[in-house]
Amino acid sequence: MATKMIRDVIVETIDAEMARDPDVIMLGEDIVGGNGSAGGPEAIGGIWSTSTGLWAKYGPDRVIDTPISESAIIGAAAGASLSGKRAIAEIMFADFIGVCLDQIWNQVAKFRYMFGGKSRCPVTIRMIYGAGFNAAAQHSQAIHGMVTAMPGLKVVMPATPADAKGLLTAAIRDDDPVIFLEHKALYATKGDVPEGEYVLPFGHARQVTQGDDVTILATGLMVSFAEAAARNLAEEGIGCDLIDLRTTSPLDEEAILDSVERTGRLLIVDESPPRCGLATDLAALVASKAFASLRAPVEMVTGPHSPIPFARELEAAWLPSRDKIEAAALRLMSYRG
Amino acid sequence: MQLSRDALLRAYRQMKTIRAFEDRLHDEIQTGEIAGFTHLYAGQEACAVGVCEHLGPKDYIVSTHRGHGHCIAKGCDVIGMMKEIYGSREGLCKGRGGSMHIADVEVGMLGANGIVGAGAPLAVGAGITAKGNGTVSIAFSGDGACNQGTTFEAMNLAVVLKLPVIFVFENNHYSEHTGVAYAVGAESMAARAAAFGMRAEMADGIDFFAVHDAMGELIDYCKAGNGPAAIELDTERFFGHFEGDPQRYRGPGELDRIRAERDCLALFRRKVTEAGLLEHGDIDAVDEEVMALIDRAVAEAKAAERPGAEHVVEDVYISY
Repeated sequence: MATKMIRDVIVETIDAEMARDPDVIMLGEDIVGGNGSAGGPEAIGGIWSTSTGLWAKYGPDRVIDTPISESAIIGAAAGASLSGKRAIAEIMFADFIGVCLDQIWNQVAKFRYMFGGKSRCPVTIRMIYGAGFNAAAQHSQAIHGMVTAMPGLKVVMPATPADAKGLLTAAIRDDDPVIFLEHKALYATKGDVPEGEYVLPFGHARQVTQGDDVTILATGLMVSFAEAAARNLAEEGIGCDLIDLRTTSPLDEEAILDSVERTGRLLIVDESPPRCGLATDLAALVASKAFASLRAPVEMVTGPHSPIPFARELEAAWLPSRDKIEAAALRLMSYRG
Repeated sequence: MQLSRDALLRAYRQMKTIRAFEDRLHDEIQTGEIAGFTHLYAGQEACAVGVCEHLGPKDYIVSTHRGHGHCIAKGCDVIGMMKEIYGSREGLCKGRGGSMHIADVEVGMLGANGIVGAGAPLAVGAGITAKGNGTVSIAFSGDGACNQGTTFEAMNLAVVLKLPVIFVFENNHYSEHTGVAYAVGAESMAARAAAFGMRAEMADGIDFFAVHDAMGELIDYCKAGNGPAAIELDTERFFGHFEGDPQRYRGPGELDRIRAERDCLALFRRKVTEAGLLEHGDIDAVDEEVMALIDRAVAEAKAAERPGAEHVVEDVYISY
């Protein structure tokens, strides 16, 4: 074990997979940076520092700096992967899915199905998402709800450095398309990371805290918010069973249902607006498969139905928070039906 | 380039197979037995075959919604295609794709595509693979797709990365139901491609030999590491945008005229017989052989296994 930041884990994992498999290539805007400028290549090394040094090591045929052309990035990654490569595409801000959605939704996700199961498209689409940087309405969104709803995609949301390693390794080695969502506010998060080969299978949630009173489901940045709330709640004698879903598709239904059957109370924290999202989806799952276990109405802590605002006060008010999670847990505990 | 007798017969057989496949579909669709939307390629055969006769299984093509011709020209199994269009479980895509999504990656055919303009970025990706293999990647597009931003992004990226990608623009004069004179703002598609910084040519898309010669040069040029190229082929669409299209946008006598004067199969026959390269009897024999193949394809497709509800969620990785 070594203590590392998520951003460094991302570079090291891509590096390890590129060294292991010569078919692995990487494409994105400014993942090299500086090409065509006085500063020269690697003047930037990726704006998130998640590709630093890879161009120098693997060269321009494998670490491919692209123009600002998201449709072409995803399309090229898909076409390369259909024809034998294993591409990692980076979308600098997940919000830019708006200008490459066709390539993700109508192309990548559907090839294997439409083509009778006889093609494979091992592409990993890394998208940097999430609020907390006052980046306003077009650079702050979480898009997991949209992609989780699309058949043919796997969706991964790591919350810790160790999970980032194990899940990104699995994503790159997967023969099917994977949407790998990296929260920008988690890049500097440190944690212990196993050395050497470390692969985490999809569809297995992580138990963060254990408790018998309230089940809390969260992903990405929301896991740390919920963990802080769970610590406070524990001091008040409320035990939280906090589950980090890790992947929203496939979904670890068993872990969710087992927990709710034990606690009888469900709280879902989702960094999204409230409608037609992960929170409503999980609430529906529990309502249909564990209804008899519920002792209180499901609580959902989400953003409001608005774009994400800019000002510090406004963005903070938009996001789910530790306080909102605690308040929701207390409502669950005090509910008398 | 002088083609051997075998190569000429093969090229003609491919063109005739496409024509017979499409003509027969046009008839069969009237019976109501074939579901969904079908866009026929008849009239444009010299384009697909003139390009694909240069290609091997490690060269890639990406096609369009009007993709049957590209599929046949690239070597997809004709009977498997017919079964697919009939929706059979024995179809090339197990009845899950249909006319607009026929693909066979094994032969380098990376898919027809229901989204106009979606193919060019995919062809650029295949160009990354092709660069490593010493092969080429072809993006077939129509005059409709040439107006999509995806096509612009793809052309620019191919130039930036100097990839062996050839953008083949088949100008059949109609983007769905709208004339190219209205919808394409540039002087020509070739001029537009040239403005992206690549070599661009124009050729008569009903003349197999013109297409084949021009493509031979462009493929050599791309394989030599010069980056991408483009070609605009002036061609004709013998049917509507989709089957059932009343084609009210056509001028009086237009269809009769193009069928009489701009038929790439008739032109091929005239050229090879006048030059003494093939006899009419050689060509008639191919026609007969092809008609028998298409009869067999339709008969087998009608009798082939149907898919069932249990097959709906196959190959979606995860289902709930």
